[in-house]
Amino acid sequence: MAMTELLLQTVVNAVYAASFMALVAVGLVLIFGVMGVINFAHGEFYMLGAYVVAFAYGGQGMPFLLAVAIGLVFVGGLGLVAERALFRPLRDNPLGGLIVSIGLLLVLQAAVAAGFGVRAENIPSPFRAIIPLTDSVGIPLQRLLTIVAAIVLLTGLWLFLKRTRLGVALRACAQDPEAAALQGISIDQTARIAMGVGAALAGVAGALTAPLVRTYPYMGHSVIVTAFIVIIVGGMGSLEGAVIASILYAFLHTFVTTFADGVTADIVGLLLMLMVLIVRPHGLFGKPDRA
Amino acid sequence: MLERLRWPVVLPLAALGLILLPHGLSFSQQELLVFLTINVLLVASYRLLTLTGEWSLGHVVFMGVGAYASALFSKALGLPVPLAMPLGALVAAAVAYVLSFPLFRMKGFYFLIGSFAAGEVIRLLWIKFRIPFGGPKGLKLIPGFPDIAGISFFGPVNFYYLALVVVSASLFALYRIEHSRIGLTFHAVHWQDRLASSVGINTRHYRTLALVIASFFAGLAGTLLGHYLGTVNPNRFDVEEMVFVLIWVIVGGTRTFFGPILGVVVLTVVNEVILRELGTEAFRPLIYGALLIVAILFLPDGLESLASRVRERFEAARPSTEAKRQAS
Repeated sequence: MAMTELLLQTVVNAVYAASFMALVAVGLVLIFGVMGVINFAHGEFYMLGAYVVAFAYGGQGMPFLLAVAIGLVFVGGLGLVAERALFRPLRDNPLGGLIVSIGLLLVLQAAVAAGFGVRAENIPSPFRAIIPLTDSVGIPLQRLLTIVAAIVLLTGLWLFLKRTRLGVALRACAQDPEAAALQGISIDQTARIAMGVGAALAGVAGALTAPLVRTYPYMGHSVIVTAFIVIIVGGMGSLEGAVIASILYAFLHTFVTTFADGVTADIVGLLLMLMVLIVRPHGLFGKPDRA
Repeated sequence: MLERLRWPVVLPLAALGLILLPHGLSFSQQELLVFLTINVLLVASYRLLTLTGEWSLGHVVFMGVGAYASALFSKALGLPVPLAMPLGALVAAAVAYVLSFPLFRMKGFYFLIGSFAAGEVIRLLWIKFRIPFGGPKGLKLIPGFPDIAGISFFGPVNFYYLALVVVSASLFALYRIEHSRIGLTFHAVHWQDRLASSVGINTRHYRTLALVIASFFAGLAGTLLGHYLGTVNPNRFDVEEMVFVLIWVIVGGTRTFFGPILGVVVLTVVNEVILRELGTEAFRPLIYGALLIVAILFLPDGLESLASRVRERFEAARPSTEAKRQAS
């Protein structure tokens, strides 16, 4: 393969990685921004999305896109339950939110491991076609679907946040919960929406990529680590920052993986993050007071 | 009453209990006791860092730095183990000092994730460089602690005694540091950050000091682990281990010196002894996670707050007994 084609293929891979990562990271940022909770269980929401597809599509033979939709609704609903039962009672206790999400992580992992076993699920890809870009460079339809879904969902979220009353209320809560409450905005309601949407985005990311990755109970681990790096680089609480940092990180990581190796790519990614933090201690788009 | 009896009676009794403890246990429980003793030092040193208000996710990596450094000193350079151990702890402190420069530009959650990243870089370097760190499989055949007066420290019971001595001395040092001027300044840096700096306290300096001291003792805990197991590998110090440290510390409670120690002891006993006896291997993390959720929802100040609650009950009950006595 010629150099230009290798470069092009790497760019295609990076775009896919970026859109997948943006789906996860934006949800994480939304939850942190509105609720002030670092959700360690976010990787498990992603994992559950993948398992819904493994069960509904792989096991029950439902259409793939229907399984993805079920994954979105199921994980989003789980987010609502977690908000009501776990995060709401601990709203004034930031470390409490963190610890309870770690507890949730352990419970979800163990529940899935007990129900499905720890071996990776075998999920055949429903879309095997590869759309050719040049003679030897192509983009698998399954990956293209993830890219399109990420663009559609994130644009929808952006419109919701900028154009609707509820969206404005959500952003007001993220800026200053107390002032927002004084304006008559229900903190309970905004927290519910943030958690539901955030969890659903992670679930859909897992559902869409389930045929592409190894689906096993501990798959959330590496995803949450990367997502943390991304939201720190972008600035915690900044949705635009999360998207831009996703793109930045995905390109850097994919290129270093292609031209060096995976461990080097991890080190370079972490060094990028430390570098950004040294120059801008609140991330690229973060504000100092939301640390 | 208890206050007056603490030094002459309670302390020797506690010491005697700790000395007799391993003899009623099975071999695997004795091994567990060694790890528990080492983990007590790990959480107690972590608490020193939290005094300044910073929560780190890199603490077990500093433990690993101590373990790797001491292993390399004794294995590659041939230094005697009793010398390599403090040197390993010093290396952990030195690495923490260097990392404090980028890390203490951040605060709060940024520091939390920044410390995670810094620790992860160190861990990935261990994986990447086979020489000298041994790559993903880590270091093997690390020399054990040498015999003293014919006593071998190879088995868990004797090594437990060695660890007990090292950990007790370290806990004493940590306790004294916390109750010294420096420790009070740590509190001031945490709760009155701006006020502290306005009266001339260099808060950055004290944060760094807390990180360096905490990392020294974490490193020392690591050296105990390395020379006991005879092997170290990068996975032993990954973020999952760190999550357990966080859980122990928070479930125990961070208000007092003994909270985290209580947390690690109670949760280890619950996790390893009770849940293992129940034979629910697959559901163990599930029950553990549920326990964690219940603990944080209903005991937000940690297990240690149970003690003060009981004491308050007791003190609230006392006047009524006084009144009863007067009435009769």
